[in-house]
Amino acid sequence: MFGYGGGVSRNQLLPREPSPRGPADDSGCPILHVDMDAFFASVELLDRPELKGTPVIVGAPGARGVVLSATYEARRFGVHSAMPMTRARRICPQATIIPPSHGKYSEVSKGVMEIFQTITPEVEPISSDEAFLDVSGARRRLGTSTAIAELIRGQVAERYGITCSVGVASSKFVAKLASRQCKPDGLLVVPASAVVEFLHPLPVAALWGVGERTEQALVRLGIRTVGDLAQVPVSTLQREFGAAGAHLAALSWGRDERPVVPHSPDKSIGNEETFSHDVDDPEAIKRELLRLSERVAARLRAAGHVGRTVSVKLRRSDFTTITRSRTLREPTDVAKEIYATSCELYEAAGLDRVRLRLVGVRMENLRPAATATRQLGLGDRETGWREAEQAMDKAIRRFGPEAVRPASLVQRPFGPMDL
Amino acid sequence: MMFRIDRDVLAEAVAWTARSLPARPSVPVLAGMRLEVTQEQQLKLSGFDYEVSAEVTLDPQVGEAGVVLVSGKLLAEITRALPAQPVDFVVDGAKAVVTCGSARFTLLTMPVEDYPSLPAMPPAAGRIGSDVFASAVGQVAVAAGKDDTLPMLTGVRMEIEGDTVTLAATDRYRLAVRELKWQPEQPDFQAIAMVPGRTLADTAKALGATGAQVEIALSSAGGTGEGMIGFSSSGRRTTTRLLDPEFPKYRSLLPTQFSARADLSTAAFVEAVKRVALVAERNTPVRLAFRGGEVILEAGSGDEAQAVEALPVEFDGEEINIAFNHQFLLEGLGAIDSDVARLQFTTSTKPAILTGGKPVDDGEIQDYRYLIMPIRLSS
Repeated sequence: MFGYGGGVSRNQLLPREPSPRGPADDSGCPILHVDMDAFFASVELLDRPELKGTPVIVGAPGARGVVLSATYEARRFGVHSAMPMTRARRICPQATIIPPSHGKYSEVSKGVMEIFQTITPEVEPISSDEAFLDVSGARRRLGTSTAIAELIRGQVAERYGITCSVGVASSKFVAKLASRQCKPDGLLVVPASAVVEFLHPLPVAALWGVGERTEQALVRLGIRTVGDLAQVPVSTLQREFGAAGAHLAALSWGRDERPVVPHSPDKSIGNEETFSHDVDDPEAIKRELLRLSERVAARLRAAGHVGRTVSVKLRRSDFTTITRSRTLREPTDVAKEIYATSCELYEAAGLDRVRLRLVGVRMENLRPAATATRQLGLGDRETGWREAEQAMDKAIRRFGPEAVRPASLVQRPFGPMDL
Repeated sequence: MMFRIDRDVLAEAVAWTARSLPARPSVPVLAGMRLEVTQEQQLKLSGFDYEVSAEVTLDPQVGEAGVVLVSGKLLAEITRALPAQPVDFVVDGAKAVVTCGSARFTLLTMPVEDYPSLPAMPPAAGRIGSDVFASAVGQVAVAAGKDDTLPMLTGVRMEIEGDTVTLAATDRYRLAVRELKWQPEQPDFQAIAMVPGRTLADTAKALGATGAQVEIALSSAGGTGEGMIGFSSSGRRTTTRLLDPEFPKYRSLLPTQFSARADLSTAAFVEAVKRVALVAERNTPVRLAFRGGEVILEAGSGDEAQAVEALPVEFDGEEINIAFNHQFLLEGLGAIDSDVARLQFTTSTKPAILTGGKPVDDGEIQDYRYLIMPIRLSS
């Protein structure tokens, strides 16, 4: 039906088998969606080659851990990311569980994004392991979209020893669907003339923006496939879903005007932590807020941002969640200020002695640090916390993440019982 | 209880007393205004919200002793609207009847026995011209903090040393200091008081209109009536509770050595700052570059709108680039009360001092100083 350059594994692809119907027409397909296959798991397998071909799950092994990534062998048992680890173990007891080691992934992720940058500056990263590329311009230099997709797949495999799948299409959302269809280690071109044919058999849930709620609402209306959706008058969809209705109708016919936006700037930077057991001690909660504030501030500084709005997320043990935020007088990237505001927000939330499952700290309203100014206060020291924290960043870069941190976050080498 | 009094006298006194009434009273009686005719045939109007009290004493044409409590806000609105004729106020059971010309109002009275008694005035400490006092308080209160979560910065500090009163206020970003002379009751009187800034500014302004002398009532440390300050003038008295006297040690923060001095026409400077500030968001800077005979004012950033303007300046010292919150700068320029504004600097991250330009040359003490902290531009 479609021209496959892939959908078969890379090893089978070389030497390339001629597609039964010749190469697909990719002339109207400047958009690539590149998605690493089982990214974290694939990276872990580089260090554990003996596990290749077996079910492997990456995620915290504890009772509250969730699956971050799983090899295709594990997926065959029904394991998928975001699944609670307890359930994953039950359905796939033979899987090897590897705790996540974040530094490794971001290193590979950075390298992969650099490969994309050598193809075109029109790269829109969506997460650490997937990105959209608009190769309209690059095609003059590097050949067809399919050739560029193969070039990327080859370079990623050669440099990092992991595989990725590429969807090639006329729009972002079709490219994303295509890469999903050809996973793992595949390449799928959906020619501009075949978009409708490609979309209509798919279930409505495949469409971008159709979550569980929308899907249920559509199924209630008897709409199960994208083809069903395409037959519903726009006015009916608008009545049901408001402005989103018109958008759904457009998607069902493969119309998606969203451009590839190179490097969409960070809108917010945040970290959150699920406690290993629910906590109601305000001191322990504040200590966690301090740790998160330190992390968020370090990330802000590393990205060259300052933020003006501090937001705190507090989840009770019954999963009810509240968020509280406050906009500061001036933007900051100083952990001490973020922490002070976080504590005030926590105290004002009236959750004293309420058992919390998760806390999070987030900075919003970001802008480049280079444009930030600072109102000096009477009696302020010339060099303040900001300089101290910048010095911390340097020490950490040199000596590792444990090198410097607030004294209240230093764990005792011995518990009090040992003394 | 009854009295008859001229409408204008009553309306003004009621309006003055009603100022101190709480907008959202914690208990209903605090919304009341107390009216009392004493055995001496004097009419006293008073209000109190446990923080601030106000009382006016008047001489009615006719009076019959008694006391009553009525809604202060309503009474203020009624007296303001009455025609210019004598007003009769008569209490009849649980009602008070106000008659003026052919207009007649019946008001419900409130339980006067539930009303708190006004605090006693502390002992009189000294006197000062009400207009001088009002302008000095106005100059200083502008720098007091508006953030009620930091109460210690919302006050105006009054330091009294013999015949000298020093007023100071700061919100951490600027500091205003004014010295003035007064007539103390005791030549060696000493006291320190933190007066809530907004109340002091309102009181000084209201008493300033009388043009008479203001008597300040304040006990020296350890004396009776501590924690309270009183002001009285022409039959009006007001008291307010003091704040915790904690205050930054500001004298050491006032720079005395400068590397540059700039004299500008105050009016032209204000106009120029207002113009360039049109493109500056709240809490963002106006940048000033002093070069020889000229200062370049700039605001806005490359991503947004920008404005630039040049002004002539009499400049002496090292060239400097410095940035200020435009609102703080304008408030300082509005407070110096001089045709010439003088800015003195050391560096672009050290406080600058704004004063009126001229009197220094006569060897006189600069009686008003407005310190302003710069905004540091990103390096």
